[in-house]
Amino acid sequence: MPRTLYDKLWDLHEVIQREDGTYLLYIDRHLVHEVTSPQAFEGLRLSGRTTWRASSNKATPDHNIPTTDRELGIDGITDEVSRLQVTTLDDNCKEFGIEQFDITDQRQGIVHVVGPEQGITLPGMTIVCGDSHTSTHGALGALAMGIGTSEVEHVLATQCLVAIKQKNMKVEINGLPDKGVYAKDLTLGVIAKIGTAGATGFAIEYSGEAIKSMSIEERMTVCNMAIEAGARAGMVAFDDVTLNYVKGKPYSPSGTDWDKAVSQWKDLRSDESAHFDKVIEIDASELKPQISWGTSPEMVIDIDSTIPEPKSSSESRALDYMGLKTGMRPQDIKLDQIFIGSCTNSRLEDLRVAAEIIKGNKISKDLKRAIVVPGSGLVSKAAVKEGLDKIFIEAGFEWRAPGCSMCLGMNPDQLDEGDHCASTSNRNFEGRQGYKGRTHLVSPATAAAAALEGHFVDVREIVG
Amino acid sequence: MLGKLWGKNMNEYTIHSKKMIPLDRSNVDTDQIIPKQFLKSIKKTGFGPNLFDSWRYLDSGFPGQDNSSRKLNPEFILNNKKYEGSEILISKENFGCGSSREHAVWALQDYGIRCVIAESFADIFYNNCFKNGLLAIAVSRDSLKKLFLLSERVENIHIDLVNQVILDKNESVIVKFEIDTFRKSCILEGLDEIGLSLKYTENIKHYEISSKKLTPWIFE
Ligand code: SF4
Repeated sequence: MPRTLYDKLWDLHEVIQREDGTYLLYIDRHLVHEVTSPQAFEGLRLSGRTTWRASSNKATPDHNIPTTDRELGIDGITDEVSRLQVTTLDDNCKEFGIEQFDITDQRQGIVHVVGPEQGITLPGMTIVCGDSHTSTHGALGALAMGIGTSEVEHVLATQCLVAIKQKNMKVEINGLPDKGVYAKDLTLGVIAKIGTAGATGFAIEYSGEAIKSMSIEERMTVCNMAIEAGARAGMVAFDDVTLNYVKGKPYSPSGTDWDKAVSQWKDLRSDESAHFDKVIEIDASELKPQISWGTSPEMVIDIDSTIPEPKSSSESRALDYMGLKTGMRPQDIKLDQIFIGSCTNSRLEDLRVAAEIIKGNKISKDLKRAIVVPGSGLVSKAAVKEGLDKIFIEAGFEWRAPGCSMCLGMNPDQLDEGDHCASTSNRNFEGRQGYKGRTHLVSPATAAAAALEGHFVDVREIVG
Repeated sequence: MLGKLWGKNMNEYTIHSKKMIPLDRSNVDTDQIIPKQFLKSIKKTGFGPNLFDSWRYLDSGFPGQDNSSRKLNPEFILNNKKYEGSEILISKENFGCGSSREHAVWALQDYGIRCVIAESFADIFYNNCFKNGLLAIAVSRDSLKKLFLLSERVENIHIDLVNQVILDKNESVIVKFEIDTFRKSCILEGLDEIGLSLKYTENIKHYEISSKKLTPWIFE
């Protein structure tokens, strides 16, 4: 029977179907960070259990990590509660023999940037992490899912996940986007079309000409936000782009293992006539730069349109919260802060695109603050090597150390009450970036262009 | 499993309640259920006072604070005396979307909620509920309307988990709900899920042996 990519990845990892109908799915890699793991390790200790296969787990702290004073290491975390969480991860990794890229390690970074960058997450693998944006890793042709803390404990102890098979959804993006329209705009466009619960219960495979022509970094941006459409997993078939990305990464196989791996990975695509329970088609050539105006990632408009009439009580509430009115244009939204970072858009390519736009310019005087937070220490190093840090600093941006930062503001990087922020992150929920803060989700290019003007502009006019 | 929320004796597998908190919103995300600053805790308990923190209070809260002295938002439904002590929360579609934080479930339970009824739930949140013995019930829009109406009137309802029905005060069925067998037994029997999976140790080991041959790089 013809199978989808998801079916194949599932079949490769099925250990057993239990009497109650659920499956045990084998997990190849488990990524760990400081926020969702302490209670899981505590659970192991309380029940006298240990890890099933310690080497399958890799850890790095990211959510609480400050983006300044990093030379101080752990002492640079001024918030005691945050510090305890990070040192608890250190202790747990030591106790259970788990490899960690700690706060002082140059490889530290956002867990979803670090995994692919190191070759820890590879095609054909099952990957889980106590974080909903684990879907990111699906860009490599892997089955990657976010899990809760109880499941983190379960995976640590058994190397398996108790799972129920999801349905298959294909999101086919054909045509090529215009200049000024990026992977972030495509993924926001998909969510706007299907809604935040549109893919609940489905695993999404992204395909079509636009996806094929994307780099792995761009595919990661797309898969990252599968969860914002309700899907636990998003994925893209393996191809030469994947092969070239994975080759030579520190944890990638080499020698005969590499040849063996590649010959297997070539099958990581849906069969010609595989059945999908739902198919969504999108024409990338019709998409424009997107900006979110509300408090849910489906509340999105084209850059050249206006804030819509609210269609529900949630939309009215959102308008109210955002301090916006129907009919306003994106250009009318006065911005206070700019955030370029997060697991959606903090890789080298993202920083290059933004730097290209601000090069030789200054950010608007009306802004309180504009920050760039690279996704990992190695992204930062590579960007510095290309001189990107200088471009940002000269324009008036602050160049920070890697971590989640203002994507969710668990560290000191937060919006002030009422601030409007052009953000390259993935969630515009109320208070996400700071108490009563107002987030607008955009691509790095749109964020950079907005930084220069102090309000949104159509970036196609700059790069077009 | 957190606390002992469901009893060992049949008639404890039901909730009789006059009160359901009607949270009339869709897409209630886990960032709202428990805001990020409280995720810094390394424990599973103590989240209740900060459930829906930024909707519930008029200031921005922080961990370790004395919540009793904070100003409550009189307009937020949780602060309505009428619903005090309620064990049931009702809401709209896509409840629990967003972050995978299980702290959202711990916060609801710590507050005293044993059951959430909504039109639909986000996947990870739904999973997290049953891992902790929080009953999550998805019902149709029409049934939900009835429940919202009953909560307005503070009329008694009765949730019977064993028979999967919600009954009104006259014991007539408002809605019969679906729940898969495994999740139901997790709540009814309070299973140790890891212990259960470890019964398959031989199968897992067997899987690993063949996987190691096929994909040795995964095990390096
Ligand atoms: S960058 Fe944001 S979305 Fe990504 S893992 Fe960190 S907090 Fe979550």
